[in-house]
Amino acid sequence: MKVIVPVKRVVDSNIKPLVKSDGSGIEINGVKMSMNPFDETAVEEAVQLKEKNIVTEIIVISIGEIKCQDILRTAMAMGADRGILVTTDQAVESLSVAKILKHFVEKEKPDFVLMGKQASDDDMNATGQILAAKLGWAQGTFISKLELSEGKAKVTREIDDGQEILELTLPAVLTTDLRLNEPRYASLPNIMKARKKPLETVALTDLGIDLKNSLEIVSIKEFSSSRESIIVDSVDALLDKLKNEAKVI
Amino acid sequence: MGEVAREQIEFDILIVGGGPSGLSAAIRLKQLVPSLDICLIEKGSEIGAHIVSGVIIEPTALDELIPDWRYKDAPLNTSVQHEAMFYLPNELKSINIPIIKSIMPQMNNAGNYIGSLGDFCRWLASEAEALGVQVFPGFAGSDLIVEQDQVMGVIVGDMGLEKDGSQGSSYVPGMELRAKYTLFAEGCRGSLSKKLMQRYNLRQGVDPQTYGIGVKELWEIPQSKFSAGYIQHSFGWPLDDKTYGGSWLYHFGNNFVSFGFVLGLDYENPWLSPFEEMQRVKTHPVIRKHLEGGRRIGYAARALSEGGYQSIPKLTFPGGLLIGDAAGFLNVPKIKGTHTSMKSGMIAAESIVEALNIKQKDPMIYQFRIRKSCVYDELYQVRNIRPAFAKFGTKIATLYTGLDSMVRGKFPWTFHHCLADNDKLKPASLCLKPDYPKPDDKLTFSRESSVFLTNIDHRDDQPVHLKLKNPAIWKTVNLDIFKAPETRYCPAGVYEVIDEHNEDQGPKLQINSQNCIHCKTCDIKDPTQNINWETPEGGSGPNYSGGM
Ligand SMILES: Cc1cc2nc3c(=O)[nH]c(=O)nc-3n(C[C@H](O)[C@H](O)[C@H](O)COP(=O)(O)OP(=O)(O)OC[C@H]3O[C@@H](n4cnc5c(N)ncnc54)[C@H](O)[C@@H]3O)c2cc1C
Ligand code: SF4
Repeated sequence: MKVIVPVKRVVDSNIKPLVKSDGSGIEINGVKMSMNPFDETAVEEAVQLKEKNIVTEIIVISIGEIKCQDILRTAMAMGADRGILVTTDQAVESLSVAKILKHFVEKEKPDFVLMGKQASDDDMNATGQILAAKLGWAQGTFISKLELSEGKAKVTREIDDGQEILELTLPAVLTTDLRLNEPRYASLPNIMKARKKPLETVALTDLGIDLKNSLEIVSIKEFSSSRESIIVDSVDALLDKLKNEAKVI
Repeated sequence: MGEVAREQIEFDILIVGGGPSGLSAAIRLKQLVPSLDICLIEKGSEIGAHIVSGVIIEPTALDELIPDWRYKDAPLNTSVQHEAMFYLPNELKSINIPIIKSIMPQMNNAGNYIGSLGDFCRWLASEAEALGVQVFPGFAGSDLIVEQDQVMGVIVGDMGLEKDGSQGSSYVPGMELRAKYTLFAEGCRGSLSKKLMQRYNLRQGVDPQTYGIGVKELWEIPQSKFSAGYIQHSFGWPLDDKTYGGSWLYHFGNNFVSFGFVLGLDYENPWLSPFEEMQRVKTHPVIRKHLEGGRRIGYAARALSEGGYQSIPKLTFPGGLLIGDAAGFLNVPKIKGTHTSMKSGMIAAESIVEALNIKQKDPMIYQFRIRKSCVYDELYQVRNIRPAFAKFGTKIATLYTGLDSMVRGKFPWTFHHCLADNDKLKPASLCLKPDYPKPDDKLTFSRESSVFLTNIDHRDDQPVHLKLKNPAIWKTVNLDIFKAPETRYCPAGVYEVIDEHNEDQGPKLQINSQNCIHCKTCDIKDPTQNINWETPEGGSGPNYSGGM
């Protein structure tokens, strides 16, 4: 089986994001960037399936500036076979990403697409679903367990009241929950090998896909934690504060 | 743990550490012999992640290494425009000392650039990679490979070990990186460099190395207060006359201010906290006026070598050599070590190429070339300044510095560093406890909120990388005599005394190793050098961002 794993370059999860002083976005200049952790889970799962000889080829795709090569190399160091980078300077929203991925799905004809359920930067949680709809494929979202057999995928999904087990007919789009596995460390020899694996770069403008952003970011604000907590020493003091200071009772 | 069979990879040259010295050596080697297979490892998760510096860069070595750097997007965009030096007699007064231009022309910063050394290293790394150097961030050199008395390379550590040393589910065994020569570019107090000095007796016949700790903050200030290229230094308050140190404050980039405080680690009072001194000095009007109204966006700390000329060890041994701050090439009065580190890396590269040609095991040529170089001259000239502060105290040493600089260090004497920093502490009972003010969370901050800004990443369940050689000494020496100085000098709050009032077992030392920001101060200042700093899993530690 052949699988496509889309990966996104985001601010590393250890970095405390800094809102630019003019509120126009998050500072990414000189900030450590990494593969979206949900996508790492997807790559790991694909590599494990390849190790079990169920998957034969893993293609990783990223969309963004030329630096996204880093995370494609990381994915290849983990075990992906080849990478495709779609270069663009413009911000692409979920709908556009789905359209671009659809282009490559039609070209590469994978048996399934395995992707993070969301990206840790904007937490959209939409691209997988849109892609499935656009392709007319089945979808299994938030999966924490995956079993593949001839033409079928059995997935366990994390839902509010527990777990749901679904059987899907392939081709399908599957989106991963962090519980699915623990991504591996790329070893140094594998990083060296990954530097020699094929990485194709195409400009978004050469794909002839019509993209228009329908969302506009108006402003970004830092989470405010200015509320102070205090410990009151009696119930009376609490009532007094609620009445006279907070004026809620 | 028994011996593990480790995979091996061979290179021509291995470089341990991706700071200015290691990267310059890599670039120079490739310029000289493009076919060399060069591997550079860095313990930070990316190049620059562990780099802490002011930084004002004297571009001499850079001009030589990459002459067209100005056209290659090097992140050095702010040149020094105005400079000021203040002596602070107390918490309110300041005296502007115009020594720079007239008496100490070599201290003048005209023609130098202000920037972020982390950003600069990221840029150098991209230059190195473009030349074909294999750069591997996220891999820490954890031990030496020595065979028949020759260094054959280093071991990069295991990944995924559990706290007790057992192999976790994502365990990846470390491996042997081997090379004809290994260049150690670990910066100040490198953990492998320390082993090398012991094994090859490199410090024999030289003064002990002395150190300082630099604690830094990065600020973004309102445009109205920003003055690109303005730099100032201060000394005096809040330190007493016996304690060496002072602050720096540099305006650079887009409304950024690099602010920090260096404290000589030869301080005597175990109650001192470098972190709190740095917080306190910000409340002085000459500093406060720059920062007020801005926001603090970064925090970092790192030790620096202050021994200079007298403390330079033997630099070579069979199979390798020391470069940069690992050897101690920092010019203390200037607080500059970037250009000397870079230059030492370049000289090392040139020497290695010669040594390769004549198949010389111990690349001794390097020692010889360093002695003939501008690095040596520069350190020789200022050799008496730092020890004068230890000898005479700040006020008299300042006058001495003026005289010494006028003759460019040509006085016929050389002062020595008599004791190592760890031997300098006095018993806590003989010293006064400073009264540090509470943070206001606008200008001054707590240590906890500061560490939060270092973007630290340290897998909690890995083995502790800070070890006490003899745990019993902690109670009898550190606690009983010095009242646990590690809880104060550590800029990240790694050391904590717990169970202080437990009568059965008595107080204990808790080591929160996941907070360690790799400054190396504990390895230096622990009174009996009982604390040993080793590399944690590669990629652990702070992730200092752009501008830092
Ligand atoms: C607070 C402060 C302010 C300073 N201000 C200035 C200034 O204004 N101007 C100036 O010119 N200089 C300044 N310096 C000095 C300057 O920063 C140093 O001289 C210079 O960084 C030394 O370069 P280096 O390459 O030798 O070491 P470093 O820059 O320390 O780099 C060493 C690198 O090696 C890595 N490493 C260490 N051990 C290992 C290991 N075992 N395995 C893998 N990787 C490892 C480290 O993570 C680090 O990235 C300052 C220093 C400090 C601390
Ligand atoms: S534990 Fe040691 S090396 Fe780590 S931050 Fe504290 S003093 Fe520095």
